[in-house]
Amino acid sequence: MPPTAPDNALAERAHQRRTARRYPGRRRPTSRPPQARHGLRLGPKPRLPFAGAVGTLLLLGVWALASATGTLSPRTLAPPWTVPGTFWHLWTREGLAQHVAASLRLALASLAIGVAAGLVLALLSGLSRVGDALIDGPVQVNRSIPWYVLVPVAISALGIGDTMKTTMIALGVYLPVYLNTHAALRRIDARYVELAESLGLSRWTFVRAVVLPGALPGFFLGLRLATTSSWLALVIIEQINATRGLGYLMNQAQSYGQDDVVIVLVVLYTLLGLISDFLLRALERRALSWQRSLGS
Amino acid sequence: MAEEPGVVNPAVRVRGLTRLYGTRTVLDGIDLDMARGEFIALLGHSGSGKSTLLRALTGLDHDTSGHGELRVPDRRAVVFQDARLLPWKRVAANVTLGMRDTDARRRGQQALDEVGLSAHARAWPGRLSGGEQQRAALARALIRNPELLLADEPFGALDALTRLQMHALLRTLHARHRPAILMVTHDVDEAVLLADRVLLLDRGRITLDRTIGMPSPRDPATPAFADHRTAFLTALGISPQDRQQNTSGTKN
Repeated sequence: MPPTAPDNALAERAHQRRTARRYPGRRRPTSRPPQARHGLRLGPKPRLPFAGAVGTLLLLGVWALASATGTLSPRTLAPPWTVPGTFWHLWTREGLAQHVAASLRLALASLAIGVAAGLVLALLSGLSRVGDALIDGPVQVNRSIPWYVLVPVAISALGIGDTMKTTMIALGVYLPVYLNTHAALRRIDARYVELAESLGLSRWTFVRAVVLPGALPGFFLGLRLATTSSWLALVIIEQINATRGLGYLMNQAQSYGQDDVVIVLVVLYTLLGLISDFLLRALERRALSWQRSLGS
Repeated sequence: MAEEPGVVNPAVRVRGLTRLYGTRTVLDGIDLDMARGEFIALLGHSGSGKSTLLRALTGLDHDTSGHGELRVPDRRAVVFQDARLLPWKRVAANVTLGMRDTDARRRGQQALDEVGLSAHARAWPGRLSGGEQQRAALARALIRNPELLLADEPFGALDALTRLQMHALLRTLHARHRPAILMVTHDVDEAVLLADRVLLLDRGRITLDRTIGMPSPRDPATPAFADHRTAFLTALGISPQDRQQNTSGTKN
């Protein structure tokens, strides 16, 4: 039986009585769209506006408040408002731009080499059984070696120059690319293999049209992890025998107890990480635009 | 099989086909002739061997052993129960997947026209409904001009209304292109509605083989249709009482 108008009016009044009981003293909106009284909404609700920034700004506020009231001594942690001034000083007097450029050059060159190496190795071992037999074992062994213990080995083999630094960062970068791309290549959906066979695709067409695009999400996952690794490796490697770069500034600041400079450098590293992640996400959205047609 | 149909120059010729998975016999001496352009529906319970027979004809059965004579045309196409479109390729590229001809694009567009999807050529498959995806899969099969079209429960995942539309489309396409079609289904009405001949597979043997011989499009309300339906349901072990639960004459 379709609900009639009086029924609706009755239900509406009953609803108002119930809500009034539940929320005494609170005014109900006078009109609401006709709908059945709903149960608890348990699914995720839309995010609050600026949800990503709220927590961060709150922490900054706590830091500033603690510094201002003297709860946090400047010797423990420099107050946040020193950052712009110190930054300006470093930029105009200490040639911060060149140091940032030097660090970026090292990081990007090593990242490029590491990503290329990880990708090529993953393709060789993911697409051929000979490659798998030759490559996958050593890489798995490499995976279980903590990256940091290779630093002295690299120094004794390659010295303390840029060759060693690039090699070490690339070593930290290639692993996540290799592991995730290789896993994605191996996980190729058996249904698509069957389809390719039924269509009589050549091996090359199969790889190009089915295997590689199917592994692309895995590659991007590896790439994002690799970028994070590259910044981490940069921080550590740069401080070895540094004459320029952010690591050099960090060394200097530590030696001379310039806490405000340390904070500025931490902020810079944070910005580099955030910007690179933002760029990679944008690239991934473009390359994997088909994925948005699946989920939502 | 009761007798040799004696087809001249058949599209498919199968003699004494046996397939084993390990030690279990899944197909037990199948004989089958399919005339060119003949539409055969293959009925049977789960595990009766229908999919195995279909896979034997597609050449996709790598991990089985067995023997027998099997002659199938080179130009074959398969339609799976899931449309199996590559999600990272647009609909048109899915249809022409692996085609090298210079006019593949034009023919792809033509095939999409035929299945009523020309407006979606540039869409991602994930944006299409289940029925539209299966239409695209049909276009992908037809563009290869198959002499033999193998369909493994092609409409099994679709809702009842979409299924009716797809039946009409498949009839039209069959009439126009005349490939031999072997369609696996567990829907008796679908089999009798569409096929020239319906086979029943039971424990790896063909136990019933009826030529439907009614003009198309067929009306499920006619006595001849009911006669075929009863014969296959009985052979499938569905009693008249079971059937009374479902007197509307449509899908189960």
